[in-house]
Amino acid sequence: MSLVKLEHVSKTFKRDKGSTLYAVNDVSLTIDRGETVGLIGESGAGKSTIGRLALRLQTPDAGVITFEGQDLAELSKQSLSAVRARMTVVFQEPYQSLNPRMNVGEIVGEPLVIHERRLGRSERRQRVVDALEHVALGQTFLDRYPAELSGGQQQRVGIARAIVTRPSFVVLDEPTSSLDLSVRAQVLQLLGDLQKEFDLAYLFISHDIHSVEHLSSRLAVMYLGQIVEIGPAAAVFTDPLHPYTQALLSAALSADPDVKPARFLLRGEIPSPTNLPRGCFLHGRCPLGTDECTRAPVPLHHAVAAHEVACLKA
Amino acid sequence: MRELETQFVTRRGTVRAVNGVSFQIATGELVGLVGETGSGKSATVRSIIGLVRKPGRVVGGEVRFLDEDLLTLPAGRLRKIRGSRISFIPQNPFAALHPVLKLDRQFENVIRAHKDVSRGECFDLAQQVLQRLAIPDPARVLGGYAHELSGGMAQRVVIGIALVLDPDLVIADEPTTGLDVTVQRQILDLIVELLADDRRAMLLVTHDLGVVAQYCHRVIVMYAGTVVESGPVDAVFRQPAHPYTRALLDAVPQPNKPLQILRGSIPSLIDYPRGCPFHDRCAFAFARCGEETPHLGRLNNSREYACHLPQGLIAESVEARTEAR
Repeated sequence: MSLVKLEHVSKTFKRDKGSTLYAVNDVSLTIDRGETVGLIGESGAGKSTIGRLALRLQTPDAGVITFEGQDLAELSKQSLSAVRARMTVVFQEPYQSLNPRMNVGEIVGEPLVIHERRLGRSERRQRVVDALEHVALGQTFLDRYPAELSGGQQQRVGIARAIVTRPSFVVLDEPTSSLDLSVRAQVLQLLGDLQKEFDLAYLFISHDIHSVEHLSSRLAVMYLGQIVEIGPAAAVFTDPLHPYTQALLSAALSADPDVKPARFLLRGEIPSPTNLPRGCFLHGRCPLGTDECTRAPVPLHHAVAAHEVACLKA
Repeated sequence: MRELETQFVTRRGTVRAVNGVSFQIATGELVGLVGETGSGKSATVRSIIGLVRKPGRVVGGEVRFLDEDLLTLPAGRLRKIRGSRISFIPQNPFAALHPVLKLDRQFENVIRAHKDVSRGECFDLAQQVLQRLAIPDPARVLGGYAHELSGGMAQRVVIGIALVLDPDLVIADEPTTGLDVTVQRQILDLIVELLADDRRAMLLVTHDLGVVAQYCHRVIVMYAGTVVESGPVDAVFRQPAHPYTRALLDAVPQPNKPLQILRGSIPSLIDYPRGCPFHDRCAFAFARCGEETPHLGRLNNSREYACHLPQGLIAESVEARTEAR
């Protein structure tokens, strides 16, 4: 049984002037216990909305989302609160996601105050210290404030807060994007270690393709609110089937001067999600597009084993 | 640029942000300047063009542009050079563009500060440069405002303003950070294409080693306000001579390869460390490194590095360490 399951999920947002933004369009996705599913795509592709829907920080317009077999829509407020302790999130901007008026002990302890009210003060402190030790900070940090910490330390506090309630599922929403190279590597390694120790499942949302490649076991590629390709990470990275994936991966520049990126470029920019193209969403930008691509939506189909792609030409 | 020193006087002490930096950029060259936050990259380029913010001040050294020392030029003469002969592309296009001035007027302000031309000619120049930057319908864009543009389009407009007067040197400070990779790739291709003649040069500040590897001819690696290594990109990235360069390259995540972690962080630039600024994080440090500051020395005709270890040693040691593991 999958730990997290999204089935035919859609989400729109009403905008002023009466237009509708189609953020997520009929997405199905499963995440198993202990695995990392990487989610890549350009800004506005709907990656973060998927993360928020999976955590039920937002409710879908259509579709079913289950966590540990329970339909999130059918949970009472109380049971949803209990579930929320088991699924948490790490945000991109560590400083903006930490309350500047709370010290590290209060920040990391807050989820316990909310979700595990029966804990006594000393037990709670023990759990907080334990979480801080797992992110290599330790109890000397308890009384410090976010502004006194480096970017890397702030992100470690964000991670400690995400694991203090002993979750089974963590959404990582661009956790390394604002970090320096050396700090990014430290945080990636920490996330890998924590995953092994606690059997965590990650939904790793990022536009940093190198980081996603390092951490993910499976990879999903999003474009305009749809998953256009999904499969084992190694397969998608070495043999991308969708023209969009090919363009995205070729745009990620290798630091190895001997690895020359393929020059596979798309025309123009991502269209507005308030006015979706007909047929395949990529057809106006795709070098392979033909009339056939404009006729009807293109669903995912199995290409090779677990590797699925939504393209008529692949 | 010779022995450039820029300091910020703060209540906690003097921050030595740029600490004796020397390098050259030849015409036709695309040079990448890399390093972590706090390495002094931005302070260095801002010093070149006289845009160091208070309480910062250039306290020493020399910045020669063709045959003039930019640091001793009268303000008026420097303003003439800046914007026309040397132009600057900042990281955030929306901070660089005026929010309530139409874009054609912003082009006009820049062009007419340097050239005696009519408004119509300004418009034509602007339209031409935006066309070359692959902006669809440039006339319509020029009649609008910055907030109507996507991040990628806004950055193209800023690049257009930087290039419209055909400068000799373009300094770009993280011009594609914050943009999507596909847009980043388009914009870098455009910049490189527009600069592709032997007369112009570009200094590209970035922390993205992929951008440097794929676009630059030469790389300068900074650490704690000093240059620790410089040379042709291919040679430096294939076989770095400085342990910091090696560590930065190893920190790029790669599939099926364990991450090499660089511990610690850049030292305080107020209490500048004794010896090599990198020694407390360096896997190869020995006694001398904590005592004596290594100077930037020649490795061969095109490469320099600042380390007490002889070149080649770190490559061998890394292999030995990998085998031992």
